[in-house]
Amino acid sequence: MNEIFGIPAQALLGQLLLGLVNGSFYAILSLGLAVIFGLLNIVNFAHGALYMMGAYVAWLGLELFGLNYWWALLLAPLIIGLFGVLIERALLRWLYKLDHLYGLLLTFGVALVIEGTYRYFFGVSGQPYPVPDLLAGATDIGFMVLPNYRAWVVVASLAVCLATWLMIERTRLGATLRAATENPKLVQAFGINVPLLVTVTYGFGVALAAFAGVLAAPIIQVNPLMGSNLIIVVFAVVVIGGMGSILGSIFTGLALGVIEGLTKVFYPEASATVVFVIMALVLLVRPAGLFGREK
Amino acid sequence: MKKTYLAAAALLLASGAALAQSKISGDVVKIGVLTDMSGLYSDIGGQGSVVAAQLAVEDFGGKVKGKKIEVVAADHQNKADVASSKVREWIDREGVDMVTDALNSAVALATAKVIAEKKKVLIDTGAASTRLTNEECTPYTIHHTYDTYALANGTGKAVVKQGGDTWFFLTADYAFGHSLEKDTSDVVKAAGGKVLGSVRHPLNASDFSSFLLQAQASKAKIIGLANAGGDTINSIKAANEFGLTKHQTLAGLLVFITDVHSLGLQATQGMYVTEGWYWDLNDDTRKWAKRFYEKTKKMPSSNHAGVYSAVTMYLKAVNATAADDGDSVMNWLRKNPETDMFGKNMVLRSDGRLIHDMYLFQVKKPSESKGPWDYYNLRHTIPGDQAFQPLSASRCPLVKGK
Repeated sequence: MNEIFGIPAQALLGQLLLGLVNGSFYAILSLGLAVIFGLLNIVNFAHGALYMMGAYVAWLGLELFGLNYWWALLLAPLIIGLFGVLIERALLRWLYKLDHLYGLLLTFGVALVIEGTYRYFFGVSGQPYPVPDLLAGATDIGFMVLPNYRAWVVVASLAVCLATWLMIERTRLGATLRAATENPKLVQAFGINVPLLVTVTYGFGVALAAFAGVLAAPIIQVNPLMGSNLIIVVFAVVVIGGMGSILGSIFTGLALGVIEGLTKVFYPEASATVVFVIMALVLLVRPAGLFGREK
Repeated sequence: MKKTYLAAAALLLASGAALAQSKISGDVVKIGVLTDMSGLYSDIGGQGSVVAAQLAVEDFGGKVKGKKIEVVAADHQNKADVASSKVREWIDREGVDMVTDALNSAVALATAKVIAEKKKVLIDTGAASTRLTNEECTPYTIHHTYDTYALANGTGKAVVKQGGDTWFFLTADYAFGHSLEKDTSDVVKAAGGKVLGSVRHPLNASDFSSFLLQAQASKAKIIGLANAGGDTINSIKAANEFGLTKHQTLAGLLVFITDVHSLGLQATQGMYVTEGWYWDLNDDTRKWAKRFYEKTKKMPSSNHAGVYSAVTMYLKAVNATAADDGDSVMNWLRKNPETDMFGKNMVLRSDGRLIHDMYLFQVKKPSESKGPWDYYNLRHTIPGDQAFQPLSASRCPLVKGK
């Protein structure tokens, strides 16, 4: 059998694929953050909590109403997206005139409140969510046995990322959005309702987080702390990719998932820190991130 | 003249009362439940531990030797420094006499130091590390419910005996995980088994699939999970997803009933679990668990039962000695074995280890379970004198002849 650095090539391929699965989560979460930061200039620290809320919509839907996975995948982003709209209308819009730091503090506080509330009602051990029947089981793809659901995660999140990118880069709505990012006053002067655009964008970013939450539910235990375990890494991904860069966040998310996966094979003890080491290095060389532009 | 007699009599009475008071500090017996209120262990301890302590106080009628018993609680946030400063404040300013729960080994070790300095009592029910009764033993620490030696000894031995003689460890990369892995490896090797390797994962790793693939590649019959809480839960979940459980068996080395409840029986069936207590052991345990359930809508963990037993034994000692200081209480406890719904004739050893039976359970199949919380089949009762590290092997300087 071929070996690469003492690891059988087969095993390495398997680990690469797993890294890609984790990278898909990073990509979709950091994409939401990038969209929000791009237009609102808000560092949305509540993203992890909203991701967790998405997973809980799926779990509650199943427990209380027998709602299946596919409906949850559709409804959770809508419900949590609306909740995001509420946050933006009621809280965030008062802060746009102020420094970034205030938005960060507010969303951080919102995250703590949401997590505390869920912890109060659901405890911390978490609730199990079954893999949908259609995707149950695993397929032997030669070098490893891949659970069908993990394959679906990669496909679904890549599709959503691609659709988001196309919408922002190739449609009229996206063009307006990008214009509003550059110069909100001028865009408003053309008769476009910028505050509405801002609200919808925040709702959309939040919906992406909820979508990722539903995707994650069958893989990890649905748990009030699932967001805070992940969000710090996702922020590192956004910083490495460049704050506000759409394509950057997708690409960096996937790449870091793979790098982290490889670290788990060669030096597992470092797998929790490797992302931050890379972040530090990138910031030294390119302070605006790999795909970011200096302002 | 008559007035003088009266005054003298009153003075005598007053001083007599003062003398009687002096042995129970501050005219109140204060019990501090130091636990994780909001983090990853808050289902094992948390508010449930406070309820358990209150149930013990209730059984004493709220008073001991005519003095009120009070329960206070604090969140240690799983941080040793938060724990030790809280305990210091409790003792110095609020007059706390005894601390219990203290889950998380780092918290326990920090708390034990403060308690020993202040000569109060720590009855630790939640921490796992055997260091509490070895290098870091104190005359004021009692290690109550379980420890890593007992877990390794219970589960490790049983699994090797069933033919699981090759092991691979998935270990949480911090002191607790390392010591659990080491203790279990020793037991496995002593029983004639072999350890093929291990992988160390960071605490709170959200994805375990990569580590599990490495475990799978090792071809070991048994994958030992030397981790706890959410890490154990997510390891078991991913192992099922990747079909590891078809050819290999998982051995959870620190699994609580709350973990099984959270994962469901489908994912955990057949697993061996070593615990110091289970609600469905006998009539006493069932009766107590019912009271606990009525207040919390959850069944108690072994840690919750431990807190009840810890508070009970402390109050018995206060009642017998009419004093609440560390020395009187500990002296009495060393001489008088404790019997309550947690266990019978539990003896306190000179290294601080409380000796009681441990139980090896196997998780039921979904078809065997009558409903929520009916999860364990008792496979073996490990008698107290075999369950824990023998006193002769203790590295505690308090043990005679050391």
